[in-house]
Amino acid sequence: MNAMGGEAGTAGAAQVLRLGRLDLVADPAGALFVADEGLLVVADLHLEKASSFAGRGVFLPPYDTRATLAAVARLVARYAPRAVVALGDSFHDAGAHGRLDTRDSEALAALQRGRDWLWVTGNHDPQVPRAAGGESAAELRLADVVLRHEPADDGTAEIVGHMHPAAKVRLTGRSVRRRCFAAGARRIVMPALGALTGGLNLRDAAFRPLFPEGVTAHVLGQRLYAIGWPLLLPD
Amino acid sequence: MGVTPHLPSPAAAALPPAFSAWFAGRGWHVRAHQLDLLASARAGRSALLVAPTGAGKTLAGFLPSLVELAEAPDRAGLHTLYISPLKALAVDIARNLEAPVTEMGLPVKVETRTGDTPAHKRARQIERPPHILLTTPEQLALLIAHREAEAFFSGLRRVVLDELHALVTSKRGDLLSLGLMRLFALAPQVTTVGLSATVREPEVLARYLVPQRAGLPSPDIITVKEGARPQIGILESRLAPPLAGHTALHAMDEIYRAIRDHRLSLVFVNTRMQAEFVFQELWRMNDDGLAIALHHGSLDAGQRRRVEAAMAEGRLKAVVCTSTLDLGIDWGDVDLVINVGAPKGASRLMQRIGRANHRLDEPSKAFLVPANRFEVLECRAALDAVAEAAQDTPDARTGALDVLAQHVLGRACAGPFDADAFYEEVRGAAPYAGLPRRDFDDVVAFVATGGYALRSYERFARIVKGKDGLWRVTTPRVAQQYRLNVGTIVEEPMLRVRLARPRRAGGMTVVRGGRVLGEVEEYFAEGLTPGDTFVFAGEVLRFEGIYENEVITSRTAAGTDPKVPSYAGGKFPLSSFLASRVRAMIASPGDWHRLPKPVANWLMAQKMKSRLPRPGELLVETFPRGGRHYLVAYPFEGRLAHQTLGMLLTRRLERARLKPLGFVANDYGLAAWGIADIGLAVTQGRLSLAELFAPDMLGDDLEDWLAESALMKRTFRHCAIIAGMIERRFPGQEKTGRQVTMSTDLVYDVLRRHEPDHVLLRAARADAATGLLDVRRLGDMLVRVAGRIVHAPLDHLSPLSVAVMLEIGREMVYGEAAEHMLAEAEAAMMEEAMQ
Repeated sequence: MNAMGGEAGTAGAAQVLRLGRLDLVADPAGALFVADEGLLVVADLHLEKASSFAGRGVFLPPYDTRATLAAVARLVARYAPRAVVALGDSFHDAGAHGRLDTRDSEALAALQRGRDWLWVTGNHDPQVPRAAGGESAAELRLADVVLRHEPADDGTAEIVGHMHPAAKVRLTGRSVRRRCFAAGARRIVMPALGALTGGLNLRDAAFRPLFPEGVTAHVLGQRLYAIGWPLLLPD
Repeated sequence: MGVTPHLPSPAAAALPPAFSAWFAGRGWHVRAHQLDLLASARAGRSALLVAPTGAGKTLAGFLPSLVELAEAPDRAGLHTLYISPLKALAVDIARNLEAPVTEMGLPVKVETRTGDTPAHKRARQIERPPHILLTTPEQLALLIAHREAEAFFSGLRRVVLDELHALVTSKRGDLLSLGLMRLFALAPQVTTVGLSATVREPEVLARYLVPQRAGLPSPDIITVKEGARPQIGILESRLAPPLAGHTALHAMDEIYRAIRDHRLSLVFVNTRMQAEFVFQELWRMNDDGLAIALHHGSLDAGQRRRVEAAMAEGRLKAVVCTSTLDLGIDWGDVDLVINVGAPKGASRLMQRIGRANHRLDEPSKAFLVPANRFEVLECRAALDAVAEAAQDTPDARTGALDVLAQHVLGRACAGPFDADAFYEEVRGAAPYAGLPRRDFDDVVAFVATGGYALRSYERFARIVKGKDGLWRVTTPRVAQQYRLNVGTIVEEPMLRVRLARPRRAGGMTVVRGGRVLGEVEEYFAEGLTPGDTFVFAGEVLRFEGIYENEVITSRTAAGTDPKVPSYAGGKFPLSSFLASRVRAMIASPGDWHRLPKPVANWLMAQKMKSRLPRPGELLVETFPRGGRHYLVAYPFEGRLAHQTLGMLLTRRLERARLKPLGFVANDYGLAAWGIADIGLAVTQGRLSLAELFAPDMLGDDLEDWLAESALMKRTFRHCAIIAGMIERRFPGQEKTGRQVTMSTDLVYDVLRRHEPDHVLLRAARADAATGLLDVRRLGDMLVRVAGRIVHAPLDHLSPLSVAVMLEIGREMVYGEAAEHMLAEAEAAMMEEAMQ
């Protein structure tokens, strides 16, 4: 059967997740907003991923940076944040920032204007060039929560990226695979925002140690859909 | 090519004495068409041989080469290249050529070159080629991209293309046509011969064999008359065929008895699932212990070979098979062909019937077994077509741009090329005869740097134009990448099925490795949950789970009922040729006496309760049922076109605020339903059916829908792989189909938004027009019925509609309604939480 889609009137509706003492507005585009601090968190932009592939003779469309920055710009317009935190792997490789074209560089500078900007370092971008603007740090603490790129096991509640979680859901024979937030009691793993960044299935063994007390997938779409473990499928 | 016009003179057609003696020694007469081909070849002309199975086509194709080689005993180098769609066929032909070569003591070396040929032998073949090389289109592509291609092919005299009718209908045919033009460029003296089953327009097929340039003679067409008329009929069954479904369960008794009463039967079905089902049912009633085997493309290759061998040795009574046995090889002494389900096309039916009785002068015998009442009509139409020897082979293709991209890269790998000369060469290929220069240049730009308007990859270029104006590859790695990606067959992601015995150990289920049974499509495995039972390789298996990219299964207890989730109607949509015959049949009650009684009664009931569409009309019925309002239409244009139509109709109904909820489609019609009264809206004039079915739906509506369509994304993925944008695999790293799918979806989204006119998107749209979405056929239909739509407002469902309505809940669909489904999934979780 081909059912019609659509949940009219809920487009763009965000949802509030709680972690430690923080209330986090989870946006269906794949970002978190800490309202009290005016702080917008985005993860795994992987800017210039396509041009990185081009070096190997694989010519993916060179528009991924443009598309990703446009997604960030929409979020900035929606929340008018005081500060933006990019949670690591913002640049796909060490030379990525140098490959930004003028238009994309200007778009990035425009996003940074008038607000604080923090590049959290990641495994793809252990050092963010000064020319990228803003500050850079390995992690950031907000109340009792740490924001960092890769999950750590130090007992503190944390918001991380790195894993690119995706959920696969099936109902009545049909299935859909989408990026998602993976939310547990002590940890939220954010979806990747990069336009050409694929996802890792939440049922993958790599996620298991991160959520010993269970996990909920908040699946991206016209709004967020909270899907529990029993309905999640492996690839 | 320096050709003199010829008239076959007796001398030119004469067989050398050694050959005459060989024929005589076998008690054979040389046939007229074999001599005609010899004359053509001697006159330096290409030729198309159109002949039914069993006419000695292959020998005819090779005869001129053997004669010429016999007359020049000291000749070295490649003389004849033979290309077949199947590796197995090439191997088979090599064996068959052995007889004349050894028995006449000819100085001729024959070899095959396939994916299985070991590397050292391949290298040796390049250095010291055989006289006759038998290979496949993919291997030809690799050969012409070889740096030694020029020397290797320079002395080539002849190319033999087997099963040409089957090759030309696909992208493989596009690739082969381009390769052929390369051969004409490397060896201008070459002549070609195409071997084909009976086709509708041999003149069109013949164009494929020579460069399309003014002044060149067209190939000779040599036609062998059909042999004895086939004895073919609809299998009479005691039980009436059901209104819908594809199992043919009602006729299983009769199928079994027919098998018992013949020597060796081939039971053709349209899908793997039907094959499994029919096989299972036949064994359920197999009290005589008949040797009935199963053969389909998903089975393990070893098992297939065993079945083929058993068949050739005459140890089998019947083989249930899919189109894997459609082509080519002589499998043994088949005396009956049973086609379960509708044949979907008259030419396909002829091919399948041709499997029975491989002797031209004896009639083949075949039964058709329609699985439902619509299929009865279709089978009747196919029989009429066969009786008139009418053919419905598809129209000639327009060459695909993704295939051209692959060929351009291959051309560059062989050596530097001049774009202007190469463009002329490419346009010599029949599928590319109308190729605009702009498309060609875009494809070259795509191969060079991705072809993006944003020219940011210049320094990574795979090919560059030098100061001398010639294009060259930049690094040897490019040729390596090319070799890994060659070919046009993009497989659906498949998973291996392993039979294992799971053991419980310490509370954990431990799965032990066992026998590999074959492969299933990933989407099928995804539809299973542990504990589900399904039929595969002739057994009922229990699904245990997917471990490390394998489907792990276990045996079930005897008598377990399989829970096979879907019997897809078939891969092939109803041909438009048969569709028009079916429409004509429905419109002519005078002819209904030729139909089985239950079917005639069904049509009669339709005439009384609703109406019958006249020829050229499109009947649209509306009626309420179970709190929903339905709209059912009967275009008879095949499942793919109806799926597309259903998608577009529901969008329009939504805009008309008629709150559509869903639709289903089969080969014959489609049903859409919703909350609002669609029929009332039509009768009150609020909804115009003419506007609802207006051809302009193929404009913006189609574009909007395509943007999100999973089918379109799949089509794009195929193009991206064939064109070499996405690699099939990275060196040393096999990507699973799933990972590739995910990333091409993202690529598609980005490209569509930022460069909607990119050459790969154009290639994907062209595919959609004829492939999975069948847009072209839908467009033809909408234009045809404009102004001739008749509305039948009904109080309840009609007899005809039942056959479409029964599809509801049966069909598997793709993730189009994802948002809706996610909301449902969430609601299901909530319900569980609230208990």
